[in-house]
Amino acid sequence: MSKQQSTDNWPEVRQQAVEQLPGAIVEFIEQCQAEEHPESQLIAVLHQVQNHFGHLGEAQLDAVAQLMRIPHAKVAGVASFYHFFRLNPPGQTTIHICLGTACFVKGAERVAEKFREELGIDFGETTKDGKFSLEASRCLGTCGLAPVIMVDDQVQGPATPDQVPGIIEKLLAKDKRAKNSGS
Amino acid sequence: MSKADTIDRHYRELVETADRELTENRPDGTIEIQVGSATCEHAAGSQTVYDEFKKHIEASDRKDIRLHRTGCTGRCSREPIVSLLIEGERPVKYQKVDSRAVHRIFTSHILRGEPAAEFLLGDPTAETAPVELLFCGGQRCGRKLDFDPEKSFRQALRQAGKSDRDVYILNANCFGLCGRERRGGGAHVLIRPQGLLYKIKSAEDVQRIVRESLVEGKTIKELESDEPVFGRRFFELYGELAFFNRQTRIALRNAGVVDPESLHEYVAYAGFEALAMALRKDNPKWVIEQLTQAKLRGRGGGGFPTAQKWRFGREAEAETKYIVCNADEGDPGAFMDRSMLESDPFSILEGMIIGGFTIGANRGFIYVRAEYPLAIKRLHKAIESCRRHGLLGRSILGSGFDFDIEIRLGAGAFVCGEETALIHSIEGERGQPRIRPPYPTDRGLWGQPTVINNVETFANIPVIVAYGGQWFGRIGSDNSGGTKVFALAGKVEHTGLVEVPMGVALRHIVEEIGGGVPGGKKVKAVQTGGPAGGCIPAKWLDTKVDFDSLTAKGSIMGSGGMIVLDEDSCMVDVAKFFMTFSQDESCGKCTPCREGATRIVEILERITKGRGEAADLDKLERLSRLMKRASLCGLGRAAANPVLSTLREFRSEYKAHVRDKTCPAHACKALIKYEIDPDKCVGCTLCARKCPVSCIDGERRKPHKIDQNRCIKCGRCFEVCRFDAVNRG
Ligand SMILES: Cc1cc2nc3c(=O)[nH]c(=O)nc-3n(C[C@H](O)[C@H](O)[C@H](O)COP(=O)(O)O)c2cc1C
Ligand code: SF4
Ligand code: SF4
Ligand code: SF4
Ligand code: FES
Repeated sequence: MSKQQSTDNWPEVRQQAVEQLPGAIVEFIEQCQAEEHPESQLIAVLHQVQNHFGHLGEAQLDAVAQLMRIPHAKVAGVASFYHFFRLNPPGQTTIHICLGTACFVKGAERVAEKFREELGIDFGETTKDGKFSLEASRCLGTCGLAPVIMVDDQVQGPATPDQVPGIIEKLLAKDKRAKNSGS
Repeated sequence: MSKADTIDRHYRELVETADRELTENRPDGTIEIQVGSATCEHAAGSQTVYDEFKKHIEASDRKDIRLHRTGCTGRCSREPIVSLLIEGERPVKYQKVDSRAVHRIFTSHILRGEPAAEFLLGDPTAETAPVELLFCGGQRCGRKLDFDPEKSFRQALRQAGKSDRDVYILNANCFGLCGRERRGGGAHVLIRPQGLLYKIKSAEDVQRIVRESLVEGKTIKELESDEPVFGRRFFELYGELAFFNRQTRIALRNAGVVDPESLHEYVAYAGFEALAMALRKDNPKWVIEQLTQAKLRGRGGGGFPTAQKWRFGREAEAETKYIVCNADEGDPGAFMDRSMLESDPFSILEGMIIGGFTIGANRGFIYVRAEYPLAIKRLHKAIESCRRHGLLGRSILGSGFDFDIEIRLGAGAFVCGEETALIHSIEGERGQPRIRPPYPTDRGLWGQPTVINNVETFANIPVIVAYGGQWFGRIGSDNSGGTKVFALAGKVEHTGLVEVPMGVALRHIVEEIGGGVPGGKKVKAVQTGGPAGGCIPAKWLDTKVDFDSLTAKGSIMGSGGMIVLDEDSCMVDVAKFFMTFSQDESCGKCTPCREGATRIVEILERITKGRGEAADLDKLERLSRLMKRASLCGLGRAAANPVLSTLREFRSEYKAHVRDKTCPAHACKALIKYEIDPDKCVGCTLCARKCPVSCIDGERRKPHKIDQNRCIKCGRCFEVCRFDAVNRG
């Protein structure tokens, strides 16, 4: 019997943790516990949590720590070490701008500047209305189309600063349409 | 039944199933539409193209048209690419295909037999000859013929009354299939669309081929090449295009040829033959011997001899060992590994299984970047298919050898490509490197001996095992066998993936394959090796591309990023770009790297803003040397290379920034100024209308003027003026 299970309040702690996470992730974690080196699945678990929630919230990190029996400090440390993990919720639309070498050489900086200017935010930030997040990426693997941007999961290129206002307008219009048809 | 027989039986069954599946799917006379499918192709719209073709086929109700999904060929700037394969005809390729093009290709080419000329990839006039001869260049196999095969062919063709319009002659670089044995030499010629590969040794052979094969349409059995078939399909499909026929495809042999999600197709192109062979021989030493003869060096950047690494792994004494594929591909301008994973995942799995068998590991891990979702998906599928067909799991091919592979995801940290950091990351820790030794082959994952190799290294393994280390070693340079794949990008006409033998000249890649800089501009330098590399100035374009020659010129081979820079690229800015990258990615564990990078970026920032001082250049050099000497891992030790290499080769550019406060490439904004020449300006108002901040004033037909205080130096006025009246200085 493991140390954790022998503590009196484990069922309670577990219950609280389980409520924070979708069933599939809890199942995955508990499955891993039965295998060799379960703690090595931490990054995989964090990917699943971020996939589900869009970011890694404090409550979820805590739940992961409890269920995986890993100190909270370590979970938080791993989450903040890797750039791919975000600790704050992203905007409705995330615009990634590739700042890889090929895109840099082809003028990605100018495209980036235009986006920063139009949205009024820097990389890693979200607009006040929560509509857009801006992220700098490193080589999206499509250098042939440089400079490249990725709007949510859609890669586009070559991008020019002139296209930027149009791209944003289109996204806003789409958002409006979605709202109208929703109400 | 002996073990060897059991393995043979399993392998034969695999081949038979594959053949059966494929012939059922592709009856004779089928028209095949091949659509590329990879991240880059998708970005260019290939999924829509696939769906459009599907609709057209369904609507036409034709049962003899088949859609075939392949990976990507690496011809990035022309994607999406569609190939049309009609029996008895040469394959026809279309470029930048969209819905409109699909409709044209379908209605015109497929239904009426008339190619849609406006979308053809390559020289449209060349597409009209019904037969095509493709010669191998044979530069490296040391081919010695006492006649010029191309001339003899032209002569023989004329005698037979055929002209250029009947037969099109092309020179390829090297098919990469030049013989296990070298006896007698001879050149290869591939005849398309028949797909006949002849080996010619004399002028008489040429006469016979023209007479019997081209005129009478027979196959000359005695002249047919008995060389390995691999790589051949690639040339059958893509051989007429200079971008491809100047390459030698070994690691990318199946990219753009097979369906990356079909185990059967991989098997049909000699897939898992090498694995069956290695298991049948049951002799790990033999595999290591092949790698030694192949002179295979790791493709992940370091160039460490793979044979030696595997020998260490083999000799390490432990119950449990691991083999790891490093698919972290962190160089921010490189995508070779992604393309291999997406286009031919089985070859990497096969390489890993052979590796596991050789070193005595039963478990393998692929550490892949989370940023590559399609590669991850295809790897998962490939692993599943292998398990289903007895190629992973218990007793592979009935050999008694157990092996399985798991995928582990990275999470966007460049330093995790470093092998000790990668190990920590797989273990679920922060990806910080540790001091070596001990090397992973002694103490790796969970303290057990671990062999780590790059994706491309693994992709080469099956070929080496199947065709022999000697054969592989003959391709390439003295100290390094085989080919290298480069991601060619930047200021170059044809961007994409390029695979060439080790030791070709840089010029061959940049000019012959890449087509040089667009717009008539000149190459200034070529950046190789990514953030750990350096810049090779244009005057050294004849440098051989291999590990040792590039190092001698102050850069490195690295993992294969190759960025062409032209007159408009500022070398200080380029150095700043890479240094900023390394600063961001430094894990912060040791001071020389953490602080050194920060300070260097500060100085470079100052220089590009026009606030540099004369002493800054020395400071840069000193700090760079310190980082190189005192950092703990490869990231810190190599991070200053771009600075050192540009300081050495382009010092005058640094000086111009510091002393004259000018940027010779006109790239550093703080150092440029736009002004309108009143003598040249005709007052057309175009610039004033285009200026994004409306800082240009002037009346119609009168000289205009820029308000320097408000100008953001975007360069629009400079670009749009048709009277050359805007000066940039
Ligand atoms: C900072 C840093 C990043 C690296 N990134 C990669 C990488 O993305 N892919 C890779 O295969 N090797 C990378 N390497 C090299 C690996 O440490 C290791 O040498 C390599 O994977 C061994 O495989 P090979 O012998 O087949 O080349 C990197 C090294 C350093 C120092
Ligand atoms: S050299 Fe840089 S990346 Fe490497 S351990 Fe030190 S701080 Fe980390
Ligand atoms: S575009 Fe050229 S010619 Fe026309 S107003 Fe501007 S500077 Fe003058
Ligand atoms: S450089 Fe740009 S901002 Fe400055 S004057 Fe020209 S168009 Fe206007
Ligand atoms: S550098 Fe931008 S996609 Fe590769």
